[in-house]
Amino acid sequence: MSEVTAIDAGEPRPRKAFFRLPGAGQALNKGLVVMYLGLMVLLPIVAITSKAFENGISGFIDAVTAPQAVAALELTVICSLIVVVINAIMGTMIAWVLVRDKFPGQKIVNSVIDLPFALPTIVASLILLTIYGADSPLGIHLAFTKPAIVVALLFVTLPFVVRAVQPLLLSLDRDMEAAAESLGARKWLIFRRIIFPNLAPGIATGIALAFARALGEFGSLVLVSGNIPFQTEVASVYIRGQIEFDRLASASAVSVVLLAVSLALLFCVTLAQRWGLRHDR
Amino acid sequence: MTAAKNHTEVENGIEVIDVSKQFGDFEALKDVNLSVPDGSMTALLGPSGSGKSTLLRAIAGLENPSQGKIFISGEDQTGKPVRSRNVGFVFQHYAAFKHMTVFENIAFGPKVRKWPKQKIKDRVNELIELVQLNGLGKRYPSQLSGGQRQRMALARALAVEPTVLLLDEPFGALDAKVRKDLRTWLRRLHDEVHVTTIFVTHDQEEAMDIAEQIVVMNEGQIEQTGSATELYDEPVNDFVMGFVGEVNSIGGRLVRPHDTQVFPNEVEDSTRVEVDRIVRLGFSGRIEMLTDPDKREIWAQLTRSELETLNLEPGSPAWVKPAPDAVTREDTGALEAAVTAESPATDKPTPSMPGLPV
Repeated sequence: MSEVTAIDAGEPRPRKAFFRLPGAGQALNKGLVVMYLGLMVLLPIVAITSKAFENGISGFIDAVTAPQAVAALELTVICSLIVVVINAIMGTMIAWVLVRDKFPGQKIVNSVIDLPFALPTIVASLILLTIYGADSPLGIHLAFTKPAIVVALLFVTLPFVVRAVQPLLLSLDRDMEAAAESLGARKWLIFRRIIFPNLAPGIATGIALAFARALGEFGSLVLVSGNIPFQTEVASVYIRGQIEFDRLASASAVSVVLLAVSLALLFCVTLAQRWGLRHDR
Repeated sequence: MTAAKNHTEVENGIEVIDVSKQFGDFEALKDVNLSVPDGSMTALLGPSGSGKSTLLRAIAGLENPSQGKIFISGEDQTGKPVRSRNVGFVFQHYAAFKHMTVFENIAFGPKVRKWPKQKIKDRVNELIELVQLNGLGKRYPSQLSGGQRQRMALARALAVEPTVLLLDEPFGALDAKVRKDLRTWLRRLHDEVHVTTIFVTHDQEEAMDIAEQIVVMNEGQIEQTGSATELYDEPVNDFVMGFVGEVNSIGGRLVRPHDTQVFPNEVEDSTRVEVDRIVRLGFSGRIEMLTDPDKREIWAQLTRSELETLNLEPGSPAWVKPAPDAVTREDTGALEAAVTAESPATDKPTPSMPGLPV
């Protein structure tokens, strides 16, 4: 007994010394993190931006205002926006059903949600081509049309809103709804005034992630969209085309535009979230 | 006192008739009948799982009874949704609308009822004053203490001028000091606004402190209804006796500590114990003892002179038995079965106990 106590008492000392980082160690840690992020995130952004402006500002403007580039960017942004709106509604509904309803096979459905995200995108494209292509078993011939792009993007971005809303819904205090009802509120009013404001930060996160993913999506579109210039050619496919023609500066310029749109949206969502969560500070 | 009320004032209070509630195989309420007089304050007292919260939620309309009827102010409320019963409900964990300010929380009910703007503003400000949250109207619930949040929840429930106020363990999540202050405050508030109030508690001291009528529940049934004095002096069974006030189990019977006689020598019908500790508290004192074979704790409340006459020491043997005129009930083990998990501290006499010779 006394031996055990002696060992127990003696052990924490070296451990403490290991975990208690001196000031210098913390500075080193911070430095390491900053350097890592710099190398992994900042450097590529700087590199692509400088490449985009290789031929000066006029070169950049020429590249991004080329009719085919404008068409591709427009198509990408519009499709992504449509996808995000549908996702916000359907994702919230799916999360709701998964959390609040009980039905047989619920667990299976819950685990299937991530599949479109986890699937290799080219496989996704092939699946979509099989379903909506010329030999469609459903008789729906969407392949090589704009709706096909929207459907493919919906497929790969399905989990984002669901997974962002689910935990919020789980931790939502059900008594709040009961309290609102006891004060005279009907179901829809309870959703609008009590439930939705508490889910909004999750919906916003899901939207941001889905939009970012949709903007840059390549693999799942490359087969099913048909890549017809001015019609079904999305930005990522256009960029790939430019690279194939060895127009690296032009590819970089369009990439920078995508990057800017992504960052702008992330910024807006962060602002919206901070406003939505003002009561938590 | 209750008999008179039962006949004269009940039509404006709450009437629960033969209510049962099943959750699957579990019977949460079994044929419950209850009358709550208009303007009174009633406590539903019982251990967890006794059905007290289910009964409260059934009255509110948050649960639908499997059978039976519920009347509020003479109107049949059975099957009506909670929103049309005009009840104020306060939850144990506040159920604050955390994305709304204190003002918006309290204004929620009046807004739903589409009161004019100015009327809402006046009403909310009046309530903020009533629950003493002056100057905190623009705060969010996360910026309030537990006690403040519960007062806000109370104001929110009162905002729409409910016919009845229902509180589900309203002080359960608060620490001891705040709890005590808040319940005294609630009692004073009730004397001001006079709304028929039912609150759920598992704390007998809380119930005895502020309720006019206490309903003791166990296993989905009402064991007894009465004032604190009635429950204390005339408990219908060992469960009520043990749940309301302190008890010792001596020789198969429950007896109050102040009705427990201690002898230095064996007397007729007495039980042998061992003295564990002697506590002198000014005028009075207590002897804590352990029963002989099974070491259960019992204690006797005595005056100082009785203590000195006995002259016992820790470790010495003693004999105990109920006083000749004592209230005793056969110990069926019902109390132990119900409260094993949450037995209240047994070593302190309840200070506010009526009729307790402290």
